[in-house]
Amino acid sequence: MSRQHLRNAAIAVAIALLATLPAWVGNAYYVNIASQILFWAICALALNVLVGYAGLTSLGHAGLFAMAGYAAGLMLQAGHGHAFAIISALAVTLASTAVFAVLALRATGIGFLMITLAVGQIIWGIAYRWASLTNGDNGINVSTRPAPFGLSLASADGFYYATLVVFLAALATMIVFVQSPFGASLRGTRDQERRMNALGYNVWLIRFCAILFSGVWTGVAGLLFVYYNQFISPQVAALTTSAEILLMVISGGTGTLLGPVVGAAIVVIMKNVVSAYIERWNLVLGVIFVVIITFMPEGLVPGTVRLCRYGWHKLASRGSRYTKIGDRAL
Amino acid sequence: MILWLTLAVNSIALGGLLFLLSAGFSLIFGLMRIPNLMHGSFFMLGAYFGVTFLSKGMNFWVAALLSGAAMAIIGGLIERFLLRRLEGQVLPQVLLTLGFAFIIGDICLMAWTGDPWQPATPDHLRGAVQVAGLFFPVFRLVIVGVAVIIAIALWLMVDWTRLGAMIRAGVDDAPIARVVGIKVSQLFTLIFALGAALAAFAGVIGAPYLSVYPGLDFEMLPLALIVVILGGTGSLLGALVGSFLIGFLYNFGQAMFPDLAYVILFLPMLLVLVLRPQGLFGRVVS
Repeated sequence: MSRQHLRNAAIAVAIALLATLPAWVGNAYYVNIASQILFWAICALALNVLVGYAGLTSLGHAGLFAMAGYAAGLMLQAGHGHAFAIISALAVTLASTAVFAVLALRATGIGFLMITLAVGQIIWGIAYRWASLTNGDNGINVSTRPAPFGLSLASADGFYYATLVVFLAALATMIVFVQSPFGASLRGTRDQERRMNALGYNVWLIRFCAILFSGVWTGVAGLLFVYYNQFISPQVAALTTSAEILLMVISGGTGTLLGPVVGAAIVVIMKNVVSAYIERWNLVLGVIFVVIITFMPEGLVPGTVRLCRYGWHKLASRGSRYTKIGDRAL
Repeated sequence: MILWLTLAVNSIALGGLLFLLSAGFSLIFGLMRIPNLMHGSFFMLGAYFGVTFLSKGMNFWVAALLSGAAMAIIGGLIERFLLRRLEGQVLPQVLLTLGFAFIIGDICLMAWTGDPWQPATPDHLRGAVQVAGLFFPVFRLVIVGVAVIIAIALWLMVDWTRLGAMIRAGVDDAPIARVVGIKVSQLFTLIFALGAALAAFAGVIGAPYLSVYPGLDFEMLPLALIVVILGGTGSLLGALVGSFLIGFLYNFGQAMFPDLAYVILFLPMLLVLVLRPQGLFGRVVS
């Protein structure tokens, strides 16, 4: 079997496993965790467009995520239907992403990151302090989930399938996006900004479009989040959430399509497991960051593989300690 | 009238605190290009240290200096052993400092619980002075005085000493500064420790006024960020002007539009970004 066949087979198996997940997992609790992983994966994929392919690190994505959730929640509270709420939430997210992009693109590198952080904090500030609009710390309740084409999403299984469909759509658009000429020019602006400029590409516009694309999918993830929890509070817009999404992206390995999905799974599972034993999720999150950066800067998955291999070599070469002086330099 | 004057005094006091916080942030950012996302955590941890020292009956100023010294050591160690290895790599630096911000925040929550601590204003700084028939709280004036003294000291250091000349050389062109024999790496550690100490000192001084509570770290961090974006990175004058601007906006915004106070705070930043991205007093890097 060629490599291509192997890859197609792996994709088919993965889709089959995902499609039958409620059947073989059984418990509604685990199905819900799978839904969480999927919508966080959409968000991580969206951020990865910026971090991995555009070389622009955003620490304000939780703001966009929450913006979509709040917009939908407020529309529903005002008595509008689900379709109207979803469409207007996406429109609001698109508009605010455009403002976000115009501001953040005044700088690149550290400046970009600082501005996104500040804008993210503004959105958090609105959610938290503008109590007459957002109900402050008490958050907004969403009483029902939508029922597209008459299919109820009230059960864990129903919601899982809806999330899966959206996730696959997101993944498909990401694949198209990355492989398109536009994706190539985006990578070009990441690696050789000045050369791209000299070649006649509009670097600013390319980045602007990438941020819009990322923002819309972040908004979709935010909508899934608010329908999953049927509740949204300022906590969602906090810096911790932005950091978690970034952790998903870098722990899986940036600039790959599978990385953010694996990263989302790792973070969601870890968060659920850790929260069951201790209340110190922030501490664990911080330690993971420090450990990743210090010991495996290339990402959690490739890093673990490298460290294991290194440890194995150490064990294997214990007898011939003097032959491998070159190792030390590594 | 009295209300406006009280607000103005409060604004100037907050501006003084913000200057102490953001001067270090600005120097670290300007000299080392490190976006130090744990600067708010230095402020909070320093304040908690100070509160603990004060509860042991220590003198207020001794507690503030001691807390600053402790934070200088912690900051210096983090810089020397962890950040140093990541020189020039922005994303890892951001993640490392962010990771430490979460760790420090959670450790503070563990050690000092979730209840707010508000140390009493020291005895000799209580009360108010009367000027032209109006009363001004002494402590707020003292904060402003301390901030001004430190601003002048920092300005003298940066502009008029050999150390300052070396720092400026390091900011302008680190490789060439190294070539002529300036130990830029040691300067980095020094600046980082100084920035951490200033933040902690500000935390202790601000404690009787702001009180110390979990989440203070991520409330102060964006303020330092705005001040630096407003004033321009690496510029002490910019940090000073930015701090007082934000101090005024914060207090007047909260009095006039309580719902939108937090948003109003960011408006000048947005304006500056659109009209003058390098900041009010920033230089354009060629």
